[in-house]
Amino acid sequence: MTRVNVSLLVLIACVAALPLFGGAYALRLGTIACMYSILALSWNVVGGFAGYPSFATAAFFGFGAYATGVLMNDGLPLWLSVVIAAAAALLLAALLGAVLLRLRGHYFAIASLSLVEVLRELVNNATDLTGGGMGLNIPLVAGSSVMSDATFFFYAMWGLFLATALMVMAVASSKLGFGLACIRQNETASSMVGLNTTFYKSLAFGLSACFVSAAGGVYAACVHYIDPSDVFDILYSVKPIVMALMGGLGSPLGVACGAFLYLGLEEVVWRNYVQIHTGVLGLLIVMLLLFLPHGLISLRPGRFRRRAKHV
Amino acid sequence: MSEILHLHNVSRHFSGLQALRKVTLSVEKGEVLGLIGPNGAGKTTLVNTICGVTPANSGTIIFDSADITGIKTYQAARRGLSRTFQVVQPFAEFTALDNVAAAALFSRPGESLKSSREQAKAYLAFVGLDAQAGQSAATLTLAMRKRLELAKALAMRPKLLFLDEVNAGLNSAEVERATGLIHQLAAQGITIVMIEHLMKVVLNVCTRIAVLHNGALIADGAPRDVIRNPAVVEAYLGQQYAQRNASHG
Repeated sequence: MTRVNVSLLVLIACVAALPLFGGAYALRLGTIACMYSILALSWNVVGGFAGYPSFATAAFFGFGAYATGVLMNDGLPLWLSVVIAAAAALLLAALLGAVLLRLRGHYFAIASLSLVEVLRELVNNATDLTGGGMGLNIPLVAGSSVMSDATFFFYAMWGLFLATALMVMAVASSKLGFGLACIRQNETASSMVGLNTTFYKSLAFGLSACFVSAAGGVYAACVHYIDPSDVFDILYSVKPIVMALMGGLGSPLGVACGAFLYLGLEEVVWRNYVQIHTGVLGLLIVMLLLFLPHGLISLRPGRFRRRAKHV
Repeated sequence: MSEILHLHNVSRHFSGLQALRKVTLSVEKGEVLGLIGPNGAGKTTLVNTICGVTPANSGTIIFDSADITGIKTYQAARRGLSRTFQVVQPFAEFTALDNVAAAALFSRPGESLKSSREQAKAYLAFVGLDAQAGQSAATLTLAMRKRLELAKALAMRPKLLFLDEVNAGLNSAEVERATGLIHQLAAQGITIVMIEHLMKVVLNVCTRIAVLHNGALIADGAPRDVIRNPAVVEAYLGQQYAQRNASHG
């Protein structure tokens, strides 16, 4: 295991200690931080490793939220609903990926963006199943007290965060990760050496969607009520990309740090500049990307940077 | 000798442009076939069509006794068709070693990353790039990148190797070195089809020459016969070359 992977695991372990220090507010914030880390790490598999700028994160987040919500309303336990939602997303994304990933660059970005709209409209119109624009209530699962509820969902999201990180590390050091790096650098040459690019890209897209969908499921159970405009919000697609860029494209440690940095900034800015917080946040992001184009990870010399460039 | 590749009436057009017109051509096992012709004659298109990059619109392609018409690029690669590119296509961020390892890794099922890297060293040594194994491909000179292309193609253990202008842009010492490598490959029994503009190299290396002009095959035969063929002189070599060649012997 490389130093950079160990650092990521240490970071995740530290996050796990949050309930010892923080109250309900800190736990909610920690839950959201874990959730965005999952989204950003997952996006990194397609966007960072393979170089395909996907805007479909929100689509699979919403898909997972609704799949879990519907299954739980049918009486299934939370964990089983999330597992089914994740598996379904894996399958759906791999199939859609085989079609969508034929497009490259901006064309792929637009096509993946349209996926969010298509799923949102589908959910909006399938009133019998999803409640349509009325939204969907989701049964309570955790304890009745605020604290036990917050702790339960924090650890649920944290567990998923850990699983996503392990998945990303496994991909990065495997034949799949090597192949995705080939595709990012030169797709024509990749297929010329015998690499089945469609299969590799679809697999990456599927793996990425799978964990996003699971995060959507846990989120839905955590907030107890979802509606299409909430879970199919395009910001779920955009924020993970900004986080990955801020942290360092392609590097799992960088991406996770980027997610924490972004949420930290967002929280601080929102508290201090309620009136103009989006403007200030936007300005900060632009400054960061201008002066630190390779992300946080590029601040560390030596091994960290090299790993980041390779996978 | 037995036939390894057979094209029958292969045509390919890009909307209005007829790039290949009913090309019928055989390649025998172990031979070095030179594919020559003026710019835009369809030489690279022919290689692309065989390798599945631009599938044929009509006609059939038989490789190693199997019909491979319309096959996908990666499938062609796994069957033992490998090529170098006219414009080199390295994985720029990878080291030279990983470039070659990628070729070994994906062209055969069940290869591991570790064993591919081991094998890659031998191919880099063969093309004389062992000292550059740890350098990123982007930092290599053009001559080195051309040899890297060759190492990649060889790491796929090809049955049939296409060399698309491996000598273009090289100086005469570099050309000589590349020609030496091609001779060594031919001696190992690898069947080679080379696209080449340097007639000196073609005549030096090739056992047979095929000439494309406007997408059609206009000549195919022993090098000495082909370069005296009036149609070839007219379309490609030019009168001056023919006269100089005649006076030389």
